[in-house]
Amino acid sequence: MAAIEMKNIVKQYGDGFPAVNDVSIDVEDGEFLILVGPSGCGKSTLLRMIVGLEDITDGDMIIGGKKVNDLAPRDRNLSMVFQNYALYPHLTVYENIAFPLRLAGKSDSEVDEKVRDASKTLELDEHLERKPGNLSGGQRQRVAMGRAIVRDAEAFLFDEPLSNLDAKLRGQMRTEISRLQKRLGITTVYVTHDQTEAMTLGDRVAVMKRGVLQQHATPRELYENPANLFVAGFIGSPPMNFLPAKVDGNRVELPFGTVTMPEERASRAQGKDLLIAGIRPEHFEDASVVDSDKVTDEATFKATVDVVEWLGNEAYAYIPFEAPDEVREQLTQLEKDLDGESLRTQLVISLDGASRISEGDEATIWVDARKIHLFDPSTGENLTIDADSAGIIPDGNAMAKAEKVGEEQDGVKPGADQATS
Amino acid sequence: MAGNQSGKTAVGTWIGFALIMLWCLFPVAWIISLSFKSEGETAAGSAQFLPKEPTFDNYKAIIDNPDFMRALINSFGIALIATLLSVIFATLAAYAIARLEFKGKRLVLSLALAIAMFPVVALVGPLFDMWTTFGLFNTWPGLIIPYMSFTLPLAIWTLSAFFREIPWEMEQAAQVDGATSWQAFRKVIVPLAAPGVFTAAILTFFFAWNEFVLAISLTSTTASRTVPAQMSFFVGPDPFNPPYAQLATASVIVTLPVIVIVLLFQRKIVAGLTSGAVKG
Repeated sequence: MAAIEMKNIVKQYGDGFPAVNDVSIDVEDGEFLILVGPSGCGKSTLLRMIVGLEDITDGDMIIGGKKVNDLAPRDRNLSMVFQNYALYPHLTVYENIAFPLRLAGKSDSEVDEKVRDASKTLELDEHLERKPGNLSGGQRQRVAMGRAIVRDAEAFLFDEPLSNLDAKLRGQMRTEISRLQKRLGITTVYVTHDQTEAMTLGDRVAVMKRGVLQQHATPRELYENPANLFVAGFIGSPPMNFLPAKVDGNRVELPFGTVTMPEERASRAQGKDLLIAGIRPEHFEDASVVDSDKVTDEATFKATVDVVEWLGNEAYAYIPFEAPDEVREQLTQLEKDLDGESLRTQLVISLDGASRISEGDEATIWVDARKIHLFDPSTGENLTIDADSAGIIPDGNAMAKAEKVGEEQDGVKPGADQATS
Repeated sequence: MAGNQSGKTAVGTWIGFALIMLWCLFPVAWIISLSFKSEGETAAGSAQFLPKEPTFDNYKAIIDNPDFMRALINSFGIALIATLLSVIFATLAAYAIARLEFKGKRLVLSLALAIAMFPVVALVGPLFDMWTTFGLFNTWPGLIIPYMSFTLPLAIWTLSAFFREIPWEMEQAAQVDGATSWQAFRKVIVPLAAPGVFTAAILTFFFAWNEFVLAISLTSTTASRTVPAQMSFFVGPDPFNPPYAQLATASVIVTLPVIVIVLLFQRKIVAGLTSGAVKG
């Protein structure tokens, strides 16, 4: 077991494109770190650099106090679970799990003991003599994990291990991985594009965008204090709502009405014209089910509900709104970065199951103004962040830096086509 | 309606199948039948299919013929060694071509193809001259080297296609598990490419086993003459009346190993050996 330190890691491909751009992350001994981000953000490349399957262009990779930049994968003593499992189809499950031990030249009795031990942990006992081709997806996944835990590796590395499983199995295996990691207490780096996995599994989560680290913090810190628009939009489901906002003193003007923010938070956003307000769906509520002492005119607004999705314990209400072009452009770009597609600007509100609001109603909605975040639309920075409980945010504007990389990659700068026409 | 249609198709398939089998196997059956006929019967120009008085005399005569047995040993030795060397070199070369990016990769592949297209007959003269100079004329290596060179291109092409099909993660997983590049190659990649290796081996073996032009041109005695070449020396006492029965017997004997080898390797050539390696 060992800590993993990444210092200013850079990965540049032959054409000069930086897949990973100056990333520094410390993984403590025994910690469960999640690398998360949309596809193409360099998270898998970073993982492959840790394990040694990808060369490091610049920076230091230190595992257990030893610099391993130039070591071959087999000399790093790490174990890895691949996205497609990469089981050896010509070997039985037993031999698949025993493979690393056989390579290490362990005696037959020791191999047998350890393989049986691992297969018991993963409930593979009755499949030991079968070939991987005859196993189900979940079983193959467990064999791949067995091969990883059977030897005393310094750390586990997972590359999107659950993405090939169906939703139910994914949930079960997620719990299983979490339990296993807690029990073995081994340093783990886990790559995923799924924010649910990131939130539930990780001790800490590193959010990446286009090869640039955006924020490295605990799931709670990420959720409550996102460093920028990107992190705010990526973490949480349904995602955070982004609304155009104008701040005057401690009053925030939103498309539906004006609410009053706490003085201290609002003061940090003074002097800017147009801002983007970020409010999570659960920070709205049907005013009729909120304690009456909280409901004041400063914290409520009236709006017509377009669609309601009732789920029993809660309901999601959708309220469309118009956004100025400046904000809309930023939101469309953000949606693109998050691998999504924005069809319309709308507010998603999570309502209590007891709420009686139905489609087409003009409803009175209460908003928890203490939880509103304000973002600078030009840089994406969170102006109302509580820096003490926001984990590690890299110096400089990470989101803008990633954007720049993206523009170079796309080869087209926004507005370039307008200039020529 | 649909059932009727598929029934008709099945009948058609079987009729076609039977016709092709008859077309291919009748000459073989004729040779086998001929090998059991006595010399008198073949000389009389008998045209009936089954021998009148089946006899093993031809087989006895062939087995007692030291020249033929010597040629059989030569054939086995030369074909096996050429196959082994060709497969080893082809495996290494194909792996490099499939996995590594290096300058001149296309050149190597095109050259290999060009060699395969070269007519063997055109090389007989130069090879004869070279081999007499180098002292390789009428030796085993004198045949092994050209056989190996002529089968390498096809073997490389076949094998590199197989290697390309193997997910690269297999090898990376092995390396992470603690294998050296060589161990990963030997313990993971080669077993997975086994069907390709056997295919290449069979093709090479057949070429070396059946080859005639080089075998007759680059040998002068039974020290290295192979069976196809040796059979051309079965002339008998009367040049206008070759010993057909003996020739047929020799043909049957040289065909047997080929059939045995195909049956042995056929079980190894199983498609989809890699199924289950990755997500299904």
